[in-house]
Amino acid sequence: MKILVCIKQVPDMESRFKVNADGVWYDERDLAFRMNEYDEYAVEQAVRIKEQLGGAADITILSIGPARVVEAIKKGMAMGGDRGVHVKDDSLAQRDPWQLASTIAAFARSKNFDLIFTGMQSQDRGSTQVGAILAELLGYACATTLIGFELNGDVVTARRELEGGVKAIVRFRLPAVVTCQLGLNTPRYPTLPNIMKVRQKELLAFPVADFLTEESLTITEKMYLPEKKGRARVLEGDVSQLADQLLAILKEKTTVLR
Amino acid sequence: MKTLLICEYRQGKLLDVSYELLAFAERLGADKAMLLIGDESQAPKFGGKVYLADAGKYGEYNPDAHKQIVLEAARREQADLIVFVHSSYGWDLAPQVAASLRCAQVSEIVGVVESKFEVAACNAKLRRIATPKTPQAALTIQAGAFGYRGEAQGTPQIERIEIPAGPARIEFVGYEAAEKKELDLAKADVIVSAGRGVGKKDNVTAIAALAKALGGELGATRPVVDAGWVEHSHQVGSTGQVVSPKLYVACGVSGAIHHLAGMKNSEFIVAINKDKDAPIGEVADVLVVADVMQLVPALTAKLAK
Ligand SMILES: Cc1cc2nc3c(=O)[nH]c(=O)nc-3n(C[C@H](O)[C@H](O)[C@H](O)COP(=O)(O)OP(=O)(O)OC[C@H]3O[C@@H](n4cnc5c(N)ncnc54)[C@H](O)[C@@H]3O)c2cc1C
Repeated sequence: MKILVCIKQVPDMESRFKVNADGVWYDERDLAFRMNEYDEYAVEQAVRIKEQLGGAADITILSIGPARVVEAIKKGMAMGGDRGVHVKDDSLAQRDPWQLASTIAAFARSKNFDLIFTGMQSQDRGSTQVGAILAELLGYACATTLIGFELNGDVVTARRELEGGVKAIVRFRLPAVVTCQLGLNTPRYPTLPNIMKVRQKELLAFPVADFLTEESLTITEKMYLPEKKGRARVLEGDVSQLADQLLAILKEKTTVLR
Repeated sequence: MKTLLICEYRQGKLLDVSYELLAFAERLGADKAMLLIGDESQAPKFGGKVYLADAGKYGEYNPDAHKQIVLEAARREQADLIVFVHSSYGWDLAPQVAASLRCAQVSEIVGVVESKFEVAACNAKLRRIATPKTPQAALTIQAGAFGYRGEAQGTPQIERIEIPAGPARIEFVGYEAAEKKELDLAKADVIVSAGRGVGKKDNVTAIAALAKALGGELGATRPVVDAGWVEHSHQVGSTGQVVSPKLYVACGVSGAIHHLAGMKNSEFIVAINKDKDAPIGEVADVLVVADVMQLVPALTAKLAK
């Protein structure tokens, strides 16, 4: 079984964001980056399949981006990926989902992957497109927003999460692209021995030009901080005083303490 | 400009969120036609053209067939914009449609600014203007961002769509109903919710203690539920419960759109967060900038007095 997991590295969402000098993306300086949360479920699911098959699977972890994304690839390898593929691209922020999916498709086309995992969306751009476009480009079946995944032979039975707590059970044959939703599984933490093993694993690097031939179909004209519509009164300071202040406000503004 | 608006339909019913597509098209000042893959009895109340394909024949969820139907309706309508709701249906189908047409897609539009599409980034801490470079485009709009005001009315002119039978690679097996709620959070006057910022499972006890001291119930965000710190019946949000208590206290909750969808109509909202910029500040009445595990026990202790 040949498995590809496509991951992205994104900034920590608790960061304070600033817009960059071009005004079209966030300033990457001073940000801490980590693996996109949704992609952790994707890596975990791939590793579980390999375990289910008694090791008879080969997992490639792919990420597109500047040098920093190697950290995320290595984490994926420490979680159980067999090999890393770094598609080197210093202009990641300007790529649209069409270009990213086309790049991955060009890499994957000749390699006959049986199963391709992605997160359902990235936490920074949040387009929710790359997996589904990739499936379309490769002619693979596509199932998105999975919270359950079961493989039997070459048939997958999956649970898709719909709105309002309803789920849909779907079934399809490999090859397929699937996109992972939060809660699909419990992603493991890489153990120290497994982190050590990463050094013995293959880490390939390619310039993005090897795969990318498409122009973007959308552009970001502008990025900006949202106008503060917030009506929140902000309280800061010493904890004990904050507690008193807050209780006084609750007494005045709500009926719950009366 | 011509829009083709793709209705949402599930378990034999047109979903109300479909009307938000009309509100969006009106914001653009565009011409409107709709597509329903469903039953004719569920056709939207809309005095324009509705393309109709029978879900009895093509299935409620069958991406291969639905893609062909959307493409056929878009071709007949010569639609410039094919608009979906950003939902498990829309984000599944829209990219497949866009990729077949090699056209641009803009996802989860939250606003229209000078006729351009505004979308959120980085957990709503940033916004961007995303613009298609192709003449035709697929769009998805955020549910709730374009509220439909007024009573829907009108009788549609129905135009039927049939497509040749093709392979259906995704077999729809069935729906699984939402879990029965053991806890009806909607009845609580006070909800104190634990977000990932509480740090670990053991700390949830302190949040539950504050809920109790205020005579309320414990709520939770999804990651806290997924991690097994709190039962799913306590989850608030678009895939949990929708609540509007007299007081909602969000402890270590960032305020992601999916969480806000479940609690933003609460009467009074307090957020406790160490991040002054957390998006929860957009809906909160009071944002207390503090470490939740210091402030919450202090509050509970003072309430006990
Ligand atoms: C289709 C879909 C459906 C979803 N449905 C839901 C849903 O129903 N409900 C839901 O909640 N989510 C839902 N989500 C997930 C949602 O997008 C967010 O990921 C989630 O709400 C974030 O939870 P959080 O605020 O607890 O965690 P985070 O976003 O990680 O935020 C943690 C917050 O805690 C703060 N913090 C950290 N440490 C401290 C400290 N010591 N003291 C004080 N503050 C601290 C941080 O500043 C941060 O703001 C859904 C997502 C998708 C894609």
